[in-house]
Amino acid sequence: MQKHAASCVHIRENPRFQALVRKRNRFAFSLAALVVIAYFSFILLVAFRPDWIATPVFAGMTVTVGVPLGLSIIVLTVGLTAIYVRRANREFDEESMEIRRQALK
Amino acid sequence: MTLLARYLVLVAATLAVAGVAVAMPSVGLGPRQPTNWSAITTFIFFVGATLWMTRLATARSRSSADFYSPGGGISGFQNGLAIAGDYMSAASFLGISGLVFVSGFDGLIFSIGWLVGWPVITFLMAERLRNLGKFTFADVAAYRFSQKPVRSLAALGSLLVVLFYLIAQMVGAGQLVKILFGLEYAYAVIMVGIVMMMYVLLGGMTSTTWVMINKAVLLLAGTTLMALAVLFGVGFNPDALFSRATDLHVLKDALMAPGGLIKDPVSAVSVGLALMFGTAGLPHILMRFFTVANAREARKSVAWATLWIGYFYVLTFIIGFGAIVSLVANPGPYFIGGKVANGLQGGANMAAIHLASALGGDLFLGFIAAVAFTTILAVVAGLTLSGASAVSHDLYATVLRKGAATSEEERRVSKLTTFSLGLVAVVLGIVFEHQNVAFMVMLAFSIACSANFPVLFMAVLWRDCTTRGATIGGFLGLFSALLLTVLSPVVWESVLGNPAGSALFPYASPAIVSMPLAFLAIWGISLLDRSPQACRERALFQDQLIRSETGIGASAPRSH
Repeated sequence: MQKHAASCVHIRENPRFQALVRKRNRFAFSLAALVVIAYFSFILLVAFRPDWIATPVFAGMTVTVGVPLGLSIIVLTVGLTAIYVRRANREFDEESMEIRRQALK
Repeated sequence: MTLLARYLVLVAATLAVAGVAVAMPSVGLGPRQPTNWSAITTFIFFVGATLWMTRLATARSRSSADFYSPGGGISGFQNGLAIAGDYMSAASFLGISGLVFVSGFDGLIFSIGWLVGWPVITFLMAERLRNLGKFTFADVAAYRFSQKPVRSLAALGSLLVVLFYLIAQMVGAGQLVKILFGLEYAYAVIMVGIVMMMYVLLGGMTSTTWVMINKAVLLLAGTTLMALAVLFGVGFNPDALFSRATDLHVLKDALMAPGGLIKDPVSAVSVGLALMFGTAGLPHILMRFFTVANAREARKSVAWATLWIGYFYVLTFIIGFGAIVSLVANPGPYFIGGKVANGLQGGANMAAIHLASALGGDLFLGFIAAVAFTTILAVVAGLTLSGASAVSHDLYATVLRKGAATSEEERRVSKLTTFSLGLVAVVLGIVFEHQNVAFMVMLAFSIACSANFPVLFMAVLWRDCTTRGATIGGFLGLFSALLLTVLSPVVWESVLGNPAGSALFPYASPAIVSMPLAFLAIWGISLLDRSPQACRERALFQDQLIRSETGIGASAPRSH
C-alpha cells in the first residue's frame, strides 16, 4: 500500500472519486434491497396466503399463481445481476480508470 | 496443450465413462445391489482418466515456476462455470428434483432460496473481494485490522462451514455411490475421499478448477437434455405437463400448492436469511474470486454463475415433474415391488436417476450417473481446498508464523491439511451414515451468515468498524449459531433423542437471532472502542476504500 500512498492522496482529494463511491453504493444497495424485498415478500406470501398462491393462473389451467411468481423471482435475480455487472463494467469502471489516470499523472 | 484441447479430452473421458456405464444393470435395486463389477471398472477407468488430466494440468502450473506465481488467471466466463460447478451439488440436483417429485411446488420455493444469495454477492462482495484479497476471504476481513484475532475468527468460521458442509456432502455421496455402483457404504465414502484427495494434492487449484468447469458443463448439458425430453413428451406445453402430473400424483391438485415446507413464518424467514446471506459467507465460493485477473472479470464471473445456477434450478423443477409423469405412469421398474405406494427404489432422491433411465435407456442413465459422480467430486474438492487454505494461509502462515513462512512451507501445510481434512471427512462420513445430516447444511449456512458475512460486510463497508468489534461480534454470531442449532428441534429432539417439544429454540434455523446479534455486536462494540488502535484502523478505511473501489495495488490473480 505504501508505494501507492502518493496516488492515494490524490484520489482521496478527488471529488469525482467520492461521487463514484456514492453512486456505486446507492445503485448496489438499491438493487440488493429489491432482491431482499422480492424474496421475503414471496416467502411471506407463501406463509400467510397459501390459498392465493394455489389459485390457478387462468380458470381451467393447472398452473397456479405460485409457479410464475417463483419463476419471476429467478428471472429477477439473474436479470438484476446482469444489469449491475453491465453498468459496473462499463460506466463505473471507465470512471474509475479515469480517476486512476488523473492520480498517476 | 491448449485449454480447449485439454477440455475436450476431459469431456471425452467422461463420455467414455458413460459408455462403459451402459454395461451397468439398472440402478437402485433396493438399498444396496450386489457388487457391480462393471460399474467398479467404470469407476477405476474414470479415476484413471481424470487423474491423467490432473497431471497435465499440474505440469502446466509447475512450469510457471512457483505455487503462488501470478499470471495464470482464468477468464470471467470460465470462472463463472467453475463457481456454478462449485455450488451446484449432487444434493441440489438429486435432492431438489426429488423434493419436486414428492411435493411439487415446495421444491420451487426451496430452490429459489439457493439462488437469492448470488445477487448479494454480486452487488456487495465480488469486486471488493477481488481488489482487497489474495488467497482467502480472511485477507479481506483482516485488511486493516489486527491480523491475529480477525484471521483466527475467519479461519475458524471457514473451517466449521467447510467441515459441516463436507460431512453432509460425504454422507450424500456415500449413499449415492452405494446405490449407483452397488458398493458398501463405507467403501463408497473411502473411495470418494481418496479420489478427492488425489485431485487436490496432485493438481491444486488449477486442476480443481477444471474439474468444476467440466462438471458444470456436463451437469448443465445433462439436465438440459432431460428437461427437453420431458417437454418434448408433452408437446412443449408446460400446463399439459403439470395437469398430467397432478392427475397421476397422490397429492392431486395440492401438488401445485404450498405444502409442508413452510410450517411457520418465523422459521421460513430465518431459513431464508441463512440461505441468502450465508451464500455470501461460504469460504469455498468467496475464494473463487481470487482466480480471475481483476474486479471486472470477478463481476463477470458472478453474473455467469448466477445465470447458470438460476437456469439449473428451473431445469430441476421441470425434471421433478417429468419424473412424476414418466415414473408413476409406468411404476414397474422404478418403484419398490412395482407399487407407487412403496416409494421409489433408492428413495425419492433417485427420481432424476430413474427418469434418465426412463427417457434415454441405459446409455443416458450411465451418462447421468457419471455426471452425478463428477458433481460430488467437484464440490468436495472445492470445500477441502478452501479449508486447507484457511489453515495454511490464515492460521499457519499469518497467525502462527506471522508472515515469515516461505511459500514452500505454506504449501506443505496446505497439503497436510488437505490430507487431514479428507481423512476427517471420511471418518465422520462413515460415523454419520444413519444420522439426519440435512441440519448440517443449514448449520454451515447459519455460521456463514452469522460470522463470516457480518465481519466481511462491516470490515469492507463501514468506516468505524474495529478489530475489537469485528472479533467479538463475529465470535458471538458463530457461537450463538452453534448453540441455537443444538437447542433446535432437529438436533435436540431428532439427533439427541430428547422428548418432542422440549427444544428450547423452536425454529428451523438460528439465523434470525444469530445474524442480527453479530451485526449489533460489531456495531455497538466498534462504536464504544476508543483505543488508539481503533483510531488507526478507522484512518486506514480511506486507503482500503480506494483499493477496493479502484483496484490500485490489488494482487495479481492466483494461479494454483
